[in-house]
Amino acid sequence: MKKNFNTKSAYYLFLLIRKSEEKIIDLYDTDKIKSPVHLSIGQEAIAVGVSLALKKEDIVFSSYRGHAHYIACGGNLKEMWAELYGKIGGSSRGKAGSMHLSDWSVNFMTTSAIVTSAIPEAVGYAYAQKYKNQDGVVICYHGDGAVDEGVYWESLNFASLHQLPILFVCENNKYAIYTHQNKRMLGDSIVERANSFGVKSLRVDGSSTEDFYNATNNSLDKIRSNSGPMLIECLTTRWRDHVGPGEDRHIKFRSDKDLDYSIKSDDLHNLEKLLSKKEVEKIQSEVDTKLSEAINYAEESTFPEISEITDEVYG
Amino acid sequence: MDNLKDINYGEALYDGCYQEMERDDSVFVFGLGVDDPKGHYGTSKDLHKTFGSKRNFDMPLSEDAMTGVGIGAALAGLRPIYVHQRMDFLLLCMNQLVNMAAKIRYMSSGEHSVPLVVRAAIGRSWGQGAQHSQAFHSYFMHVPGIKVVAPTTPHDAKGCLIASIRDNNPVIFVEHRMLYSNTGLVPNELYEVEFGKGRVLVEGTDITLVGVSYTVTDCIRAALALKKIGISAEVIDPVSLSPIDYEIIRKSANKTKKVLVVDNGWLTCGFSSEVIADLGINCSDLNLDRMGFLESPCPTTKVLEDGFYPNPENVAIKANQMCNGDKNWNPGKISREEINSFKGPF
Repeated sequence: MKKNFNTKSAYYLFLLIRKSEEKIIDLYDTDKIKSPVHLSIGQEAIAVGVSLALKKEDIVFSSYRGHAHYIACGGNLKEMWAELYGKIGGSSRGKAGSMHLSDWSVNFMTTSAIVTSAIPEAVGYAYAQKYKNQDGVVICYHGDGAVDEGVYWESLNFASLHQLPILFVCENNKYAIYTHQNKRMLGDSIVERANSFGVKSLRVDGSSTEDFYNATNNSLDKIRSNSGPMLIECLTTRWRDHVGPGEDRHIKFRSDKDLDYSIKSDDLHNLEKLLSKKEVEKIQSEVDTKLSEAINYAEESTFPEISEITDEVYG
Repeated sequence: MDNLKDINYGEALYDGCYQEMERDDSVFVFGLGVDDPKGHYGTSKDLHKTFGSKRNFDMPLSEDAMTGVGIGAALAGLRPIYVHQRMDFLLLCMNQLVNMAAKIRYMSSGEHSVPLVVRAAIGRSWGQGAQHSQAFHSYFMHVPGIKVVAPTTPHDAKGCLIASIRDNNPVIFVEHRMLYSNTGLVPNELYEVEFGKGRVLVEGTDITLVGVSYTVTDCIRAALALKKIGISAEVIDPVSLSPIDYEIIRKSANKTKKVLVVDNGWLTCGFSSEVIADLGINCSDLNLDRMGFLESPCPTTKVLEDGFYPNPENVAIKANQMCNGDKNWNPGKISREEINSFKGPF
């Protein structure tokens, strides 16, 4: 079914993610965020395109590079910022931080800092959806590093064996920290491998939010009609360092040319060009307000009491 | 007596599982061979015929991912029971159990929990060797966020399984193969055996014997032998290993002043270490000792295997020595029919 891509919504989400992460960079030196951050800058088009294609009942699993996914699927921004600050207003009262964000109110599920480890959980959730005859599809974001793990293929095998309602979204930025895909596998065909497991797969090459949106829509239509699990491999570029707020050009592990090309084709600017000046100004103002409210909320929230350390170990 | 039946440990597990599946649609069982004609010693036999294959199903040999599948299903509100024929294979699941199952509740500040039961058979005898005999309860006792139970009696097998299914935390459920054939009176109805509560199975005044799972039966047999020479041994079955009922052990220790912990595992950093540390800190003037697996992998050949595990004779000998310093007494051979009659091949 052909659906219309909403440029305004896309621009809003894209800008909210970008500005949030740029704010993290600005604030990082103040040490208010006392934990590692894995920024999505450069990869936002995927989260935005995928999220615009989701329905309310769909469920999202992500990983430590999850800010964009959290924000794009409607995760509470105030609680995210308070969580980054380690305060009780955070989504997990400071016990999760950047790497374990979750917001169950929008079906943004657990995120893991151990590569691949939340993927079988996503598959298990999809098993439960089928078991309970529920409508929602599970979206499972992961990077190209995840496919190196054995448990990834165990998970795909079970998902296809039981024809589960799950869409794997592989954000392939080519690098596991600084290690290129070609040092980790022969060839680069994640799609071919996944297809051989019975997970129907396609590759989206480019930086267009709308392309990711369309690919997700088409895949979800099929999954919703019980055609089994699917995978979209999204080629992308990480602009920043693997972890932390900085750039990584000085390490000289990849070509500046590729990075510059990606930055030049930033889809945030492409989206902006499709809108009127008035529309852009209005969205920018909404984003600025929302972000400053979130940061104020985080600033004003308090730190947890020491006595909370052993709370919620058991239920 | 109308509401009691005399059944064995394996049947008690089946009984508890069946009744819980009947009561609660969210309970399901999966694991290698759970729906084959043997149904894991009968404990899951033919459950799919009553409840359908989505609620009792075999799986690919993917222990790691399938642990995550169980966790994910638990997050979605189901109550999975994941069955392992050998606890040794749980090492393939450690990342999921320790990094995910034990952490998700905490990392979400209690917003969600992981009501997953992982049943794991342990056990000695008949040449199970180095990789088919291990008991890793202490590995899981070490991790906050996981509960561990190791029931010994059919009554506790059923009650602990029901409590584990209903509990909102991941539970490692340890079941020793040599216990499956042991019989006892089990209530027909559903009931829970509480976590963190041990039992005094034999009352005594001279020495306290604390076992784990199958070694509880070694302690009981040792106590019977000791009784013949006038030594009154108290036998405690902790049932729950995490949390541990320290109170029941301390109370007995303060009475007898002598405690012998007989673990069904290695000694270093094990259950016995925990119990003895607690008694050392919280009680005084105690004579403490412990026994368990010898510090080697489990040998396969019977003659070495017999020496590797604690047995009722050497438990009785050590207990007697702790009571009166006598190194020469020997109770003679104490029969263990379940071991003698076990012929495998599995």
